[in-house]
Order: sequence, then C-alpha cells, then structure tokens
Amino acid sequence: MRDVSIIGVGQTPVREHWELSLRELAVQAVLAAMQDAHVEDVDALYVGNMLSGELTRQEHLGALIADQLGLTGIAAMKIEAACGAGGSAVHAAHLAVASGQYRRVAVVGVEKMTDLWNGSVTAGLAMAADGEYEAANGISFVGLNAMMMRRYMYEYDLVEEDFAPFALNAHANAVHNPNAMFRKAVTLEQFTKAKKVADPISLFDSSPICDGAAALILSRSENLNGNAARAISIAASTSATDTLALHDRQDPLWLRAVELSSIKAYAQAGITPQDIDLFELHDAFSIVAPMSLEAAGFAQRGAGAYLARDGGISIHGKLPISTMGGLKARGHPIGASGVYQVVEAVQQLRGEAGKNQVPNARVAMTQSLGGVAATAVTHILKGK
Amino acid sequence: MAENLAPNWRLREQRYQLVGNVCLKCGAKFFPPRQVCTQCRGTEFEAFQFSGKGELYSFTTLHSVPAGFESYAPYSVGMIKLDEGPLVEAMLTDVNQDKLAIGMRMEMVTRKIREEEGERGLLVYGYKFRPIAE
Repeated sequence: MRDVSIIGVGQTPVREHWELSLRELAVQAVLAAMQDAHVEDVDALYVGNMLSGELTRQEHLGALIADQLGLTGIAAMKIEAACGAGGSAVHAAHLAVASGQYRRVAVVGVEKMTDLWNGSVTAGLAMAADGEYEAANGISFVGLNAMMMRRYMYEYDLVEEDFAPFALNAHANAVHNPNAMFRKAVTLEQFTKAKKVADPISLFDSSPICDGAAALILSRSENLNGNAARAISIAASTSATDTLALHDRQDPLWLRAVELSSIKAYAQAGITPQDIDLFELHDAFSIVAPMSLEAAGFAQRGAGAYLARDGGISIHGKLPISTMGGLKARGHPIGASGVYQVVEAVQQLRGEAGKNQVPNARVAMTQSLGGVAATAVTHILKGK
Repeated sequence: MAENLAPNWRLREQRYQLVGNVCLKCGAKFFPPRQVCTQCRGTEFEAFQFSGKGELYSFTTLHSVPAGFESYAPYSVGMIKLDEGPLVEAMLTDVNQDKLAIGMRMEMVTRKIREEEGERGLLVYGYKFRPIAE
C-alpha cells in the first residue's frame, strides 16, 4: 500500500442554506479544496451522502457533481452509510489512492436537509436504523439514542447534568469557528432548563438539521504537487460494523464497531490512545460522546462522562474533543459530517485552527458513525 | 406515496404473533427471525413464537415524530427484554407516561400502529406493549 496525504481542504459554512442547492454546496466545497491544494483535476471523486434521494429527489451524485465541477470523464460514485457516509467516503478514497489505482482523488461529503419539512426528515433519518423493526414501529433516530441514554444513566447511576460538559464544550468551541452553525456559548443553566426532545435527551443534547458540504484532496505522499509543507499524512483509515438494530445487540451500552475500528486504527498507525492529541468524535447526541470515549479506549466502561469534568475535553484539556464545535454545534449535515471532522483535524495539524488551536497538535483522530454506531469509520492523521 | 400491501403482508406473523425463530444447531432464539445465526452461523431454523411477556429495558417519549405517526404524538416507545431473551422495540400503549419505569413487567398487545392517508391508504396493525396490571 502507498502512503496517502491530504493536500487540500474546503468547506461551506453549516447553515440552513435556503438559497443553495445540494449541487451548489458540493461544488463550492470541492473548488475550495482544489484551490487549497493548487490542483485543477483529480482522477476520481467520492461523494459521501445519505439522503439525497429522499430529501431532494436526486440520486446519482457521483456523475452529477463531477459534471457540475466540469470534470466529466473521471470516475465518480456516491458512498452511503447513513450518518457515517462522510467517513466511509474518505475510507474508500484512501483505499483508491493507497492501492495505486489513482494518483489524486477528491472526497466531498454533502447533505441538503432543509428542503423538506421536519417530519419527513425525521422519517428519513430513521432509515439509518432497521426499517422493518425500528422505523416501522414509529421509533425515530433520536428515540433510539434516548433509550440508550436512559439505560446508560440507570446502569451507571448518572443524571442529565453529567452530560452537560459535552454540549457546553462543543458550543464554546463553535464560537470561534466561522463555519459553525451555532456560534453561541451555552450555560449550565440553559442546558438544565432546555426542552426535552425525547427524554432524557434535550435540545442541547441533539445536533441540528442543517445543510453543508466539506471536501478533501487526497494524493500519493510521494508526489505532493508542491504541497509538501502543508500536507497531512493519513496514518490509519479503518471501518467496522455492528448489528443495524439496537435491539439485536448483546450489550446495547457498548459500541462494538467503535471498539473494533479504533483498535484496527491504533494498530495501523502504530500508536496507542495516549498518543492522540485531539479527537473529533461523533457527538450527534451527548450520549454518543462518553460511549465513544469508552469504546475507543480513552475511559473505562461507564466512566466516559467523567473525562469531560473540569475541562478535560476542552482545547487545553487532557483530550480535546469537538474542537471546532463538533456535530452538536458546528452542525451535523449527515453525510458531510465525517468529512468536516477530517477538514477540522487538518486545520488543527497545520496549526490553522485560530483561537481553537490545540497546542502542539501532531496526531488527530476522527470518527464517523452510521446509525447507532452500526458503522464506525476511524481516521488517524499525522502532521509534521 | 401509496405503499404496497406486500411489505406489510410479509411481516404478518411477526407483527400479529411475535413469531421469530430458533437455531437448530445451537438453540439461540431470535426476534426478528434471522437466516444466519449470529452465535454459530448455522442456517437451519425452526419458527418460534414468543410469549410476548417481558420487562421494560428502556423507554422514551417522542415529541417530534416521523411522518406517518403524527396522529399519535406525543407517544412513548420502549425496548422490552422478552422472557425468552431477545429485546424488542415497540410503541407503548395503555400507559401513563409518568409511571413508566425500567424493570416494569410488560405484555404484547395488537394495535393499529400507522394509518396512511387517502382512500387506498393502508391501516397497519402490529404489536405494542403495555404494563401488566399487578
């Protein structure tokens, strides 16, 4: 396998983009990444997206976006793995370059969620779970996470407030990220008074419905096209799966795919969790953060929330997470989120994260989850 | 978008009678039924009807609900640990939302779970769970 580097990144702000379509968002992000990398073409395009057919009546995104970029002729395809589509697209693109088949490829994660009303989006998102036995019984995606959170609180004797540091940290970091959706700090009082969406999950435990696109240019490390100074190396790219339905798990409180994908990634990169300087995890709901920290080897079982106490996950903490706002506050345009995470990790490792810069960041991990972590895709990036 | 009858008809034994299956090689019981055993990868199964009794493993109440379920909102859903082992997810019914608690004894009942709009819209029936009266 060849070594692969990221030589360009691009992103649109995460917003309710009433004035922009899916194709416009995707093209803006890819053009920005190509400009960042000083390249004018790629051999292939990988598109991470979950719901374009359901929410915008458009499939066949590979050809569409290649066409709109003026790149007809290249190989292009959409990769779908629910909310883990973005990470999965990066994984596929990495394999394509590492295999030697392509010299240089683009990845774009894009989701346009605001063209339909909320009930349709909620029904669409429920397709991340088991259509016949979860969605068909009226169980929404937030409902699954809420049931996991209630059982977690019951098993480990926690209260809602124990999860507050995850939301507060995400919002505090989003304040300084111009591309974040919610650039506003949240207080503990606001958190505790927030309306319940699906108890015990409140508004501040949930990521928003939004639009956005993020893009990367991947290249063989042996030919960086003049980008050697800013190139970030991909030290690991792994993917693992678990049962699709929450009810089919032997232990619904353990994210087995996160564990498997993390272990494989540490082995591939030749490092341990202690070597990670920052972790962009999949905080679509607060409960996913401590469970990811546990399964990825940063905390003992049931102790993930304790890591977040006393600023342990802040920019200057022991393990900074959601450093540009995370899914919670940067926003979670479903199939784009996994690519946003990698874009932000690159910003950190280049030293271009501004007020959110993690001091001396050299190794970053990103993790993109599909469904209730039925898919887990992990990347480890290394800077200079 | 009108839905065909077939995808609902195929699930009639699961929805009306909680029929899963049991692996003939290792005895593992499944609901929903599977084609490959997750324990021993065996592929020979026999149908198995679950009793429909169990205890509440977790629950929540949904306020923002998926399209097609608006007329029930807000409604409670739960995960029920069946006495025979598997977990099943369902809407909860005949229940006071404030009195739900992990560990409560629950039983399956057959109810309407969804109603499609229009003259040709389907009325979809299936299982829900309710607390067993003490």
